[in-house]
Amino acid sequence: MDVPFELVRIVIAILALAAFVGVNAVILVWVERKAAGFIQRRPGPYEVGPQGLLQTVADAAKLVGKQLFTPAGADPVLFWLAPLLAFLPIFVLLLPMPFGPTATGMEVNLGLLLILAFAGLNVLSLCLAGWGSNNKWSLLGAARAVSQAVAYEIPLLLSVLAIAFMSGGMDLSAIVREQGGWPWQWNLVLQPVAFIIYFVAAIAETNRAPFDLPEAESELTAGFHTEYSGMGFGLFFLAEYAEMIVVCGVAAALFLGGWRGPFGTDGWWWFLAKLYALLLSMIWFRWTYPRIRFDQLLVLNWKWLMPLAMINLLVTAFIMKL
Amino acid sequence: MSVQREICDVNPFPEHVAGDFYSNYFEKGQAENTLIINMGPQHPSTHGVLRVLVEVDGEYILRAEPVLGYLHRMHEKIAELKTYYQYMPNMGRVDYLHAMAWNWAYAGAVERLAGIEVPERAEYLRVIASELNRISSHLLWWGAYLLDLGAFTPIMYAFDDRERILDILQRPSGSRLTYSYFRLGGVAADFDDIALAKIREFIPHLRGRLPMYKDLVTDNVILRGRVEEIGVLPLEMCRRYGATGPVVRGSGLAYDVRRAEPYSIYDRFEYEIPTDTECDAMARYSVRLAEIEQSLRIVEQAVAALPEGDFLSKGAPKPRWKPPKGESYFAVEGARGKIGIYLVSDGSNSPYRLKLRAPGFSNLSLFSEASKGTLLADAVSILGSLDLVIPEIDR
Repeated sequence: MDVPFELVRIVIAILALAAFVGVNAVILVWVERKAAGFIQRRPGPYEVGPQGLLQTVADAAKLVGKQLFTPAGADPVLFWLAPLLAFLPIFVLLLPMPFGPTATGMEVNLGLLLILAFAGLNVLSLCLAGWGSNNKWSLLGAARAVSQAVAYEIPLLLSVLAIAFMSGGMDLSAIVREQGGWPWQWNLVLQPVAFIIYFVAAIAETNRAPFDLPEAESELTAGFHTEYSGMGFGLFFLAEYAEMIVVCGVAAALFLGGWRGPFGTDGWWWFLAKLYALLLSMIWFRWTYPRIRFDQLLVLNWKWLMPLAMINLLVTAFIMKL
Repeated sequence: MSVQREICDVNPFPEHVAGDFYSNYFEKGQAENTLIINMGPQHPSTHGVLRVLVEVDGEYILRAEPVLGYLHRMHEKIAELKTYYQYMPNMGRVDYLHAMAWNWAYAGAVERLAGIEVPERAEYLRVIASELNRISSHLLWWGAYLLDLGAFTPIMYAFDDRERILDILQRPSGSRLTYSYFRLGGVAADFDDIALAKIREFIPHLRGRLPMYKDLVTDNVILRGRVEEIGVLPLEMCRRYGATGPVVRGSGLAYDVRRAEPYSIYDRFEYEIPTDTECDAMARYSVRLAEIEQSLRIVEQAVAALPEGDFLSKGAPKPRWKPPKGESYFAVEGARGKIGIYLVSDGSNSPYRLKLRAPGFSNLSLFSEASKGTLLADAVSILGSLDLVIPEIDR
């Protein structure tokens, strides 16, 4: 038996990433609920386990134990394909993520491109969920999801391209290596506009408040996942948090120096610290702002983020050529 | 199973009234290029069991119509079956957010009919209880409205403040939501020193919190985008539908029953009637927040001037009391607008007829016209800005 080494490595990496996503989603949900509790002056979960740490595990167990229910009139294939399609690309998205100097699932030259390409698959799953559920609210949610995701992918791409121009490649590990350990050696200092555009677009891409229109609870009951219960809903939930980890991980690698730390303390701990700092700010936004209206969302994108990202890209290209 | 099936198959009603309550304007079946959506009765932002039928083109609302009756509890009929005393607890359940005002409207109507005198201290206690209740109602509206707009946090702060009011009102009345604190000829119990001390503590507390709410919430740019120039209700339209309360004051008319048809001792206090001429959801929002401040002023003056004396009139009616024949009308200013009670007595120990005029009903009737052509998200904002309490609308 001659199994290629690369294949074994990828399988191990995917298993490790599955564990990472699972554990981090559980922790992240707990962090979100605790942070929300702190913002709202209440304790948050604290009954199950120490400081409510096991609350998410209990919730997940409850979701797994529920019946997989397909509503009447729904298209069963599309209906169940959607949550899987939301969740599966996460592993591919995390493969080229540079967690540490050597801890990368797969060193790819075009890691950034891979992430951006597979991040787009999320839209398809929301669209299928909305269409397959045979529910008018879901359909409206899906329609919102598609136009939102398509619109915000462009500034996201343009802002990331500016970094790729500077580095001359799309290898995430190389981009991290080019930055220094101190904050003033990060790409953030050179590309502040790109960072802001990236972060706003990333929040919109992951459908987090204040851009959570596809699931807007008070308008569309639950948007695209109105009809999902049990693990169908669980997978969407997990995918949302996993995607938050992906977009914040990319932001940490591109703009905040990834695993580089001062005094030669490089390592995965820095990456995780920066990742969680970004995640916390996302959580902070969610529990602070009201929801934006749909036309305002598109105006923000097409009239502000897009031109800004374009100008930023052109200026970057011009300076790089000098 | 089969037996049940057969029963279901035999339809006792003709087609046009069968099953689902489709309205006269919405026909069953497929619409052309549009969606007909049931918003409610179990929708998160219809605040209870209001059902709105909307026809949308994309997300634009072509027409909308509220369908009522999901919380109809026959309060008017019940009045004809109960004695005058027994009916008082129903009043706390008509509008559970401003129960004191309904208490007052009913007590006032009966007192006017029978000419019962209310002691001065009881009048002051009524004012204090009613105004505190108004503040708690507005605070809850504020939190719930922002919840409709997708901001999750303000309601927690609003409930913190509201909780203090409930603690205060719990001491004399014994309940926290559906008060039946009023009695014919006074109130049920006196405010003790602890309750009065809590009120004196609460007034500066809330005054300290309001600027924070303004900075963090009212001035937020996203919120302003969601409420400004949304749901414009011109004064002429408000008049046409009989809107009252903050809705009509947000359209520029300073109509307040406390001033327009003075009752009780409201002429002894200094307060303003906040109005706004913008006519949009933001105008109604700012009117309500300004009303919190004005109510605080009234409570402050009433607590300072609280006279000694009885809290219940010596000549208060006994349980099997019978009023004279006749009819009377009494209106008070509730948190949502003008509450009117029209009472007809035939001289027996229960009313011959009792008519409840609920402000929410008239305010909701504006919705159909106001929501035409808006986005679904704006309709939620408009619905919230009308401050609906469903049991009051259905009665």
